[in-house]
Amino acid sequence: MTTLAPAEAYADAFEAVRRTAAAPDGVVDLRRRAFERFTALGVPTTRLEAWRFTNVAPIANTAFTLATPAEREAAKADTAPHALGIGAGLLFVNGRHVAPASDVSALPDGVEVLSLADVLASDANETRAAVEARVASGAGIENEAFTALNTALLHDGAVVRVPADTVVEQPIQLLFITSPPPGGEPVMTHPRVLLVVGENAQVRVVESYGGGDSPYLTNTVSEVIAGPSAVVDHYKLVRESPTGYHIGAMHVRLGRAANFSSHAVTLGGAIVRNDAQALLDGEGVECTLNGLYLANGSRLVDNHTTIHHAQPHCSSHELYKGILDGEARAVFNGKIIVAIDAQKTDAKQTNKALLLSEDAQINTKPELEIFADDVKCTHGATVGQLDEDALFYLRARGLGLEQARSALIHAFASDLLNHIAVEPIREQLDDLLLADLPGSGGGSFHVC
Amino acid sequence: MLEVTNLHASVAGRGILRGIDLSVKAGEVHAIMGPNGSGKSTLAAVLAGREEYEVTAGSVAYNGRDLLEMEPEERAREGIFLAFQYPVEIPGVNNAYLLKAALNEVRKHRGEPELDAMDFMALVKQRMQVLHIDQDLLKRPVNEGFSGGEKKRNEIFQMAVLEPKLAIMDETDSGLDIDALRTVSAGVNAMRSPERAILVVTHYQRLLNYIVPDVVHVLSDGRIVKSGGKDLALELEEKGYGWIEGVAAQVGA
Repeated sequence: MTTLAPAEAYADAFEAVRRTAAAPDGVVDLRRRAFERFTALGVPTTRLEAWRFTNVAPIANTAFTLATPAEREAAKADTAPHALGIGAGLLFVNGRHVAPASDVSALPDGVEVLSLADVLASDANETRAAVEARVASGAGIENEAFTALNTALLHDGAVVRVPADTVVEQPIQLLFITSPPPGGEPVMTHPRVLLVVGENAQVRVVESYGGGDSPYLTNTVSEVIAGPSAVVDHYKLVRESPTGYHIGAMHVRLGRAANFSSHAVTLGGAIVRNDAQALLDGEGVECTLNGLYLANGSRLVDNHTTIHHAQPHCSSHELYKGILDGEARAVFNGKIIVAIDAQKTDAKQTNKALLLSEDAQINTKPELEIFADDVKCTHGATVGQLDEDALFYLRARGLGLEQARSALIHAFASDLLNHIAVEPIREQLDDLLLADLPGSGGGSFHVC
Repeated sequence: MLEVTNLHASVAGRGILRGIDLSVKAGEVHAIMGPNGSGKSTLAAVLAGREEYEVTAGSVAYNGRDLLEMEPEERAREGIFLAFQYPVEIPGVNNAYLLKAALNEVRKHRGEPELDAMDFMALVKQRMQVLHIDQDLLKRPVNEGFSGGEKKRNEIFQMAVLEPKLAIMDETDSGLDIDALRTVSAGVNAMRSPERAILVVTHYQRLLNYIVPDVVHVLSDGRIVKSGGKDLALELEEKGYGWIEGVAAQVGA
């Protein structure tokens, strides 16, 4: 096998998608524009403010080829730990929808949970037109290199559409697994998720990401459009393997009186970047962005959030908590924009980090841009260690050092865990935090 | 049960305990009294295994074993219970979790089967009734938002559940009103037994009206300067710690 330069690998991938992944003309054109943007922007460097503390040189220096369909047995092994057993869902292996493994039969009438590739390849219909219109807006491709790359290579992912006045009781799980080739050549996937929730409808969606133990890149883009009074509860579980890189962008647009909550849980991955951007585009929106991240070894977890209050009387709550061990590093950047018309905005942002070792570190930064004058905006950040007095108290009652540490670490995360409404996710996190958390930094968080 | 011999301990290089000798037998209640800074709480902390204190000389034998070699949790599992002067607030860890984990650690250590949720609740409810503790407490985070009296009562409640062999009460009376003092004392008295020893560390004689000790020791400047029967506490109350400092000077001479 010849060695490709990273740029050549991206160009080959673009060519392959262009040749093989059927799509309407609008999408074909969008891919081309997006690839031009990506080529112009390049993989970000730490000279860019948004990437100042997040060095993605290991990604930039690797020639990733598009992942190809995986061996069935390997894919099964890589997938098993991530299945939540919550009924409806789609499974994607190496960026492609794997039809037989998904069960969406129990959903209410009118709810669509589809493979994006199927939608794009279908004859013209209402769904395809809606998806094309949505995707063709090209959100983020102008300035975000990874979003541009995802769009240039757009071929598969999930389309979830919930019609107005429809309540979906069961959570929908979208599971994205990378099962690298036996030779361990670096591969990449570029999943796309489109979640469109109609007026007064309600849904809970879980995006899960994981993979096998050789280098790979997951570069995902999710778009969430919530109509007036829609209720959307979104979970993102990043449990990439220790050799996996994950770059994920989420663009959220919320209509009048919509209620959106996001729970970004990062447990694995060598480098993980979660970008969440929410536009509060109607009055009376409630937007919650919560995040929990655990990192050890030499992992890097970066959460960037932007909440854009464009209309009056909206509230946003943001709580991110990180637990860092070993030489792990984390970045939290929380931007809140309050437009001049967005009076009576109530925005609260909190980032807390627990450092379990001397060498772990976090860079945390709030960014407030407030143009309205009658608003309430608060932000706070704390960085601390485990409370020695509390540790001794627990040990003096008979708990071993490891158990006492776990109890305190779990306690640190407990308010976030209490907000997780999908039982299997909370149970996994409870188990992980209470039982398996390593004290030394030598263990691995992703094995939950 | 407990043999403390010539115990010296320091914190951050400063000597606090300067030669403690103390012998406590099963079934006995000992009171350790002394003015602020005399080393009372340090003694309690060293016995419980607090790591900030460095033992520089002396030994502590507990049921024939070297106590100072044991980790704090091993001491707890071997039956030592410290009722904290300042119980720590632990948001996010509820009392039920702590008690069940603690109790099962003790039981495992003794080779007894762990209690399941139902047996645990039955045991805990019985103890709560005795101490007039509301069941809501179990769901609340450990000591978080508790009043001073509630925290102390919670310590005694934990002790009642864990049934230690040696209970060390570190200024359990401080900050208690008379009703709380009675409840706490009744809880401690209910635990007096021929198999159990209790060490009551206190500044004031008041508590000893309710928990009547067999032996009273007076600590001054890191040494026990006088030991006697329960009347010693009364004498001390009457004459003040100034009197003891005079005694200490003689001992030192």
